[in-house]
Amino acid sequence: MPSYVITEKCDGCKALKTTACQYICPNDLMVLDKEKMKAYNREPEMCWECYSCVKMCPQQAIDVRGYADFVPLGASVTPMRGSDNIMWTVKFRNGTIKRFKFPIRTTAVGEAKPYAEYKPGTDDLRSPLLATEPDSLGLSQLSVPKK
Amino acid sequence: MDNFETVEVNTDLLIVGGGMAACGAAVEASYWAKKNGLKVTLVDKAAMERSGAVAMGLSAINTYIGIKDGANTPEDFVKYVRNDQMGTVREDLVYDIARHVDSTVHLFEKWGLPIWKDEKGNYIHEGRWQIMINGESYKVIVAEAAKNALGMDNIYERVFIVNLLRDEKDPNKIAGAVGFSVRENKFYVFKAKAVIVAAGGAVHIFRPRSTGEGLGRAWYPPWNSGSSYATMLQAGAEMTQMESRFIPTRFKDGYGPVGAWFLLFKSRATNAFGEDYLQTQAEEIKKWEPYASAKPVPTPLRNHQMIKELSEGRGPVYMRTEEAIKKITDTTPGTDKDKKKRLKELESEAWEDFLDMTITQAGLWASQNIAPEEKPSEIMASEPYFIGSHASCAGAWVSGPADIAPKEYTWGYNRMSTVQGLFTAGDGVGASAHKFSSGSCTEGRIAGKSAIAYIKDHPGSPSVAPKEIDALKERTYKPLKTFEQFKGLSSDSNINPNYIRPKMFLFRLNKIMDEYVGGTSMWYTTNKPMLERGLELLTFLKEDSEKLGAENLHELMRAWENYHRLWTAEVHLRHVMFREETRYPGYLYRSDFPKIDEANWKVFVNSRWDPQTGNWQMSKKPVIKIVE
Repeated sequence: MPSYVITEKCDGCKALKTTACQYICPNDLMVLDKEKMKAYNREPEMCWECYSCVKMCPQQAIDVRGYADFVPLGASVTPMRGSDNIMWTVKFRNGTIKRFKFPIRTTAVGEAKPYAEYKPGTDDLRSPLLATEPDSLGLSQLSVPKK
Repeated sequence: MDNFETVEVNTDLLIVGGGMAACGAAVEASYWAKKNGLKVTLVDKAAMERSGAVAMGLSAINTYIGIKDGANTPEDFVKYVRNDQMGTVREDLVYDIARHVDSTVHLFEKWGLPIWKDEKGNYIHEGRWQIMINGESYKVIVAEAAKNALGMDNIYERVFIVNLLRDEKDPNKIAGAVGFSVRENKFYVFKAKAVIVAAGGAVHIFRPRSTGEGLGRAWYPPWNSGSSYATMLQAGAEMTQMESRFIPTRFKDGYGPVGAWFLLFKSRATNAFGEDYLQTQAEEIKKWEPYASAKPVPTPLRNHQMIKELSEGRGPVYMRTEEAIKKITDTTPGTDKDKKKRLKELESEAWEDFLDMTITQAGLWASQNIAPEEKPSEIMASEPYFIGSHASCAGAWVSGPADIAPKEYTWGYNRMSTVQGLFTAGDGVGASAHKFSSGSCTEGRIAGKSAIAYIKDHPGSPSVAPKEIDALKERTYKPLKTFEQFKGLSSDSNINPNYIRPKMFLFRLNKIMDEYVGGTSMWYTTNKPMLERGLELLTFLKEDSEKLGAENLHELMRAWENYHRLWTAEVHLRHVMFREETRYPGYLYRSDFPKIDEANWKVFVNSRWDPQTGNWQMSKKPVIKIVE
């Protein structure tokens, strides 16, 4: 379902250099019409429906309408992404509504420490041990094939 | 080209790409670079937070060995991958992933990725090698660790690399890369002592099953345009197993994952008459012994069974979700209330499986009023993809780990291609399947450390002639110039005899590949005369690539992506033509050589395009076991 921008809700992220959807789209699809100050998906047939723009829009102005060449009309899937969980509302064509909530991360945003607290195992650039190994393997040494 | 500023960036190590492998490379290389006073730079055509194949998230980590718990050994993993790929894998590379990958998964958990655990705190397995995660933010978290390791000053986002640079004093040595900003009028020249290409696999080489709005709903992301393969090939790197396309069998049209249904929920898939095609087609795969008798049955053979079922007219094939859920709830111990609770959990797990990684499939179910506990759901074999990290082996031929690789596979630094200083990882490394997200990130780490070791040993600065840069800049922006020059000729800028726009170029490529090189419309079947005709048509397309026209920077990116696809398509075709057997049924059939030929073809197929002469060389390389 390509993403589309709801005219009434989009404010063109007016305070920012680029809009949130423009910043995040992995396929460079979202652009801002500077005259109208509304974003739009310029190549809907190249949209993967990854929902990155939907999740990030500060105005909740982006929705998705199923790919018209194989998805019957009338259903919707709507995320509400917080800092540690995501809530999904799935609406069926027949009106049934299902709601799901899943965790998304266990650390605070920005706090991913690249080497965690693992002990360095070697200073040798020639050693096959990687930065945090063997500690991060939970082993005392790296495996080698049994002869 | 006066209005395009040239920005020169000098660095020690350049990482091209921003996905799982590139992030692994960034984390590891930054660690060793800091110790050795070296600089690491990463360039991504999108925003790292949501770039690459894991942009949307994932519902499982498919490669975890569990060495510390004694669950499996790296040897077990090598045996599994070897059989799945019909005997043809680089065991040194596969073993290397297996012995490191748990470490990467443990890092993911520390970074903040929620991994499902049982009451004892052990990871919950989906299958033998697969563990379940709450993976909506998987890429966000991994990119965050990579950014924290690199520092934002060393990251260039929205810059698309079109070409690698070769050293003017030694043409078989890498010197950096050039590309352009897709947002600003800036041409980038990265000069580097080593380069890691981790720009993903290739999608939209073949005509997909959905060609309207659903064109973008490829199984692998549409932004994977074969850049890894094309740029390395043009730099003169040797490739391996480029005939090894991947045909994922997935929920039809939405391409939602089937792993949880087959492995975790133990679902069956049945044909139109309610028969399990794995049973009705059990005899059929015996033509591919000794691989067919091993458990699990190799992915291509399972595909073959389904494709045969469908092509012989016994479709549709359904995943029996309703049956699987009933079986689990029926066997749940306790009262009716316990069973109801389990049903609720299963429902949530089933939907999360899609919502974490293929949201379309959830929408498709909702649009067709499919509740998995009530109604089965159709599955289908997709169009071909190129990917070195999944159940297929396309990629570059790389040097193996010095401590465990046979000498035939070792010429220098781990994961270095046959071009000095050019490294790769993830989808870029060939003959090493089943890495998936965790293994790709692991391979990035391996390449990251190895590239820094190379730079320490080769401290000389790269040398590139200014006139070469000028020529590349001219070439990079040529589609813009072509469009500008001729657009006035016709009243509709789409129809013009002087240029071809990237979209039609893509459709032409897709049609040739589908019809001559064994796409879905031909049930993955081709032969030598078809391939020869395909190559003839592909050669016209290659000539016409000089006439690509682009209206703006976004379309210029599409033009270059499609040029990279063209190279990927050509190398694939040449490999398919060279391997005169059918080793991977279910992925590819040579109707003129319909059988597996162990005596002559239990080998790797390698190729090299010579940048000096423009000639292609094909060769066979031996398969050497390191695990019995």
